[in-house]
Amino acid sequence: MSATEYSVIGTRPIRHDGADKVTGRALYGGDFQIAGLLYGHVLRSPHAHARIVRIDTRKAEALPGVRAVATAADFPPSGDRLVDLGEGQTPLSYIRGNVLASGKVLYKGHAVAAVAAVSAHVAEEAASLIEVDYEPLPCVLTAPEAMKEGAPILHDSLRTKELGEDGGLVSNVAEHFRHVLGDISQGFAQADAVIEREFHTSTVHQGYIEPHNATALWNNDGRVQVWCSTQGAFVVRDTMACILDIPVSQVKVTPMEIGGGFGGKIPVYLEPVAAVLSRKSGRPVKITMPRKDILEGTGPTPGSYIKVRIGASRDGRITAAQAHLAYEAGAYPGAMVGAGAMCVFAAYDIANITIDGYDVVVNKPSTAAYRAPGATNAAFATETVIDELAEKLGIDPIDFRLRNAAKEGTRRADGPKYRRIGCVEVLEAMKSHPHYTAPIEGPNRGRGVAIGFWFNVGLPSSVTLSVNSDGTVNLVEGSTDIGGTRTSIAMQAAEVLGIPAESVHPSVVDTDSIGFTAVTGGSRTTFATGMAACEAAQDAIRQMKERAARLWEVDASSVEFAKGSFRSNGHSCSFQELAGKLGQTGGPIIGRGAVNPRGAGGSFAGAIADVEVDPETGKVNILRFTSVQDVGKAIHPAYVEGQMQGGSAQGIGWGLNEEYYMSAAGAMMNSSLLDYRMPTTLDLPMIDTCIVEVPNPSHPFGVRGVGEANIVPPPAALANAIYRAAGVRLRRLPMKPSAVAEAIWSKNL
Amino acid sequence: MKWFDYVAPRSLGEAFQHLASHPGARFLAGGTDLLVQMRAGRKETDLVIDLKHIPELMELRDSPEGLTLGAAVPCCAIYGDSGISRAYPALAEVANLIGGTQIQSRASIGGNLANAAPSADSIPLLIALGAVCRIASAAGERTMPAEEFCTAPGVNALRSGELLVSLHIPKPGPRSAAQYLRFIPRNEMDIAVAGAGVSLVLDNGTIRSARVALSSVAPTPLFVKAAGDALAGRPAAKESLGTAAELAREAARPITDMRGTPDYRRHLCAVLTRRALEAALAKAKENN
Repeated sequence: MSATEYSVIGTRPIRHDGADKVTGRALYGGDFQIAGLLYGHVLRSPHAHARIVRIDTRKAEALPGVRAVATAADFPPSGDRLVDLGEGQTPLSYIRGNVLASGKVLYKGHAVAAVAAVSAHVAEEAASLIEVDYEPLPCVLTAPEAMKEGAPILHDSLRTKELGEDGGLVSNVAEHFRHVLGDISQGFAQADAVIEREFHTSTVHQGYIEPHNATALWNNDGRVQVWCSTQGAFVVRDTMACILDIPVSQVKVTPMEIGGGFGGKIPVYLEPVAAVLSRKSGRPVKITMPRKDILEGTGPTPGSYIKVRIGASRDGRITAAQAHLAYEAGAYPGAMVGAGAMCVFAAYDIANITIDGYDVVVNKPSTAAYRAPGATNAAFATETVIDELAEKLGIDPIDFRLRNAAKEGTRRADGPKYRRIGCVEVLEAMKSHPHYTAPIEGPNRGRGVAIGFWFNVGLPSSVTLSVNSDGTVNLVEGSTDIGGTRTSIAMQAAEVLGIPAESVHPSVVDTDSIGFTAVTGGSRTTFATGMAACEAAQDAIRQMKERAARLWEVDASSVEFAKGSFRSNGHSCSFQELAGKLGQTGGPIIGRGAVNPRGAGGSFAGAIADVEVDPETGKVNILRFTSVQDVGKAIHPAYVEGQMQGGSAQGIGWGLNEEYYMSAAGAMMNSSLLDYRMPTTLDLPMIDTCIVEVPNPSHPFGVRGVGEANIVPPPAALANAIYRAAGVRLRRLPMKPSAVAEAIWSKNL
Repeated sequence: MKWFDYVAPRSLGEAFQHLASHPGARFLAGGTDLLVQMRAGRKETDLVIDLKHIPELMELRDSPEGLTLGAAVPCCAIYGDSGISRAYPALAEVANLIGGTQIQSRASIGGNLANAAPSADSIPLLIALGAVCRIASAAGERTMPAEEFCTAPGVNALRSGELLVSLHIPKPGPRSAAQYLRFIPRNEMDIAVAGAGVSLVLDNGTIRSARVALSSVAPTPLFVKAAGDALAGRPAAKESLGTAAELAREAARPITDMRGTPDYRRHLCAVLTRRALEAALAKAKENN
């Protein structure tokens, strides 16, 4: 089907939740109220690493207004059980230990105990009355330090998984893995130019505006109800069941509206704590997290140390590439270095590659996913080296990339062979974009480019769709709507049903009311839940054909459906007309869609950045910025553009100013939105977008996930632009003014 | 945040009575620092005294001698007054620099001074403008130059029972101008890594006098008298300004923190002082 044949896909209808959002009526977790509600407060560790010797809660319990106090001792014992919550086998003790510390605290801000009281202020005061005796331990804050022999050990039971085997060694390296393609020694021998550089990236936070929150009610019948802000209600349900050791069917999770997540609202923090407090108090308990706790106690994205070596022949063919990726997992293993390794050379067709990945625990908050997790760090390294190599070989940086771009059939070092991808198309769109062809003039100004990749995921999704007698449908789904997916999913159903987008009423519902649906993450929702919606719509159409056949007394197989009309043998009837006759033809119709698709289809993105550097202060001003991305097919182009702009904005913040500024003792010194410098509107230019559409063959409309790849190129594009503006190569993020100024001084020495 | 009582006295006398009975009371001139600090647990009190209903603290009056700026006058009242904005443009600019519109409708210059943050944006300018603090207690009144008011990070010169009533800013003469410049990594919503407030007065082709003050590079906002004095009698040209910039660099005593290293901040002091002086010089030449 060519684009012109679509009536809904590719249009820009008003979002279904728009009126509620702009009038403030949309209900977020913080708005949730229920009779008898108590308020919780979480006490957090002041130490980055310490043994918990004793917790005495008696004074807190004695404070008037306090109804319950909880510690890790209130959770059922977890033993050594491994659980799979969608990201492989993880020891339950890690998941539970991050919710409430047991035995040791592993980062400043680690939750230790919690109070439920009649008001938030009483709860806060009571928490300050909990006596915790700590035995402070030396802390370790970066991957290179944590990998050294003799470094303080976080987990006495953590033995390094060395190339797939239990190496027997207790260390902070949870895992070392290696991907090999070809033979790099041969590849580097063929190179005329080889560049090897080291890079450091800081821990950064997703910076969602809405704080974490959870209300839990442990009912008298043993069922636990939860209302919270999450990217995946079913993950909350399943995690709660594991931590509380109750069947999943005993937990009902209602996802409230969400004010941003970017991966950071996949892990569970407050929900099990609120549940335990509710069980102990017999009342519903609500906890909302202060911003300081969000920055200090929830999962940011890993800081990293990366070494990249790339060799190329004089004619601009990359002959070999090698990467060493050491990512900081934070307190518990799981640094997303696997994803970083999948992406580090993913944009290039290279015959000889070796990638070593290290998942390293450090005394910082346990990291979580953040928009293409692991890929931005890796691309910062690769794309800076690629830029330097292009310069050395005297080739235009986009031409150099085009000469080596991955395409259909290219094998990645981690195994998969690409199906149809849009890397070349993205590079060509960049090359011909008016931004790239416009001259850049003036002192201290420069232009940089970079590209990046995110593989995207499929995973299970469920949709049901009931046909209303007025010709509309109610669509029920389980995917949290973060980026306008109610609409992008409804539009796919509408296209199949031949009705306007406005005739589909989407609802995101609780875990009792829809089949299992995985998280809104991995840019999967418009792809996978969209496919479930298509399947549900087709199921409804199939049933309606039978109804038409009954009405017309024809064989159901003779009924055809196209452009919103059913036809057979001279009979014709619109979707709306037939919807009005369901009662007389057999009753209601419900369409069902349940998918677990493969072939998510990776997305490539590129960034073009023009900057001006103040050589005296080192401040980088972005003059112009363009984001280019292969989106497969843009269901709702305005939301796709919004994703590209949002990812670019976050990538710019990551590149220029955002960082966890840690004291030697492991305290985050800038844990407020004032000091954790995310870009404000005044720090960003108008971000131009250029949508490239290379359809994904695995999706009925060609969709590729669009939420993530766009954050990957900006830091590298900015680094390359700064080099052309100021003559200095920055290899440490963030490229804050002091760092740029100091680099300029070093150059001028 | 613990429970506290709140009073809104209608007169200085009433405020002093509350203060006498609650020595640990805290003043609320706008609340944009105090409430944040109380919420973060950095300050505690059993009584908050709202100053916004005391006439002397809400006075905003220009006269031939200069400006009387009540300590609780919100920033928006300063830049919202076209006459005052014309007569004291650098002050109006700083009032518009601190926070966003909502903050500016509560926050006051007096509160900014009394909060005594080393990074306070208004203080270097107050020092450069030669502002004088009017301090009162039940026992009487005294005055103090702005540069002496802050004594340590978050600590000011007020004694027990005293209150900052207002600031007096002398009327700028012809051929004079002032300028505050700060350096922040973002373009808004940020704390200065370093800041420089300057003023100068021209006399035909030379600089008659100048004052330079710095923020964020010492435990208190810093009056760099030597930098201003070095300009007296020098030609009114860009080339004269380097000496003052170097003296500012030497006077700075910065620490390393999340906002920058000492070397970088000293460097910024020179850059900002020079740039602020250049801007003030250009404006002074146009102020006849």
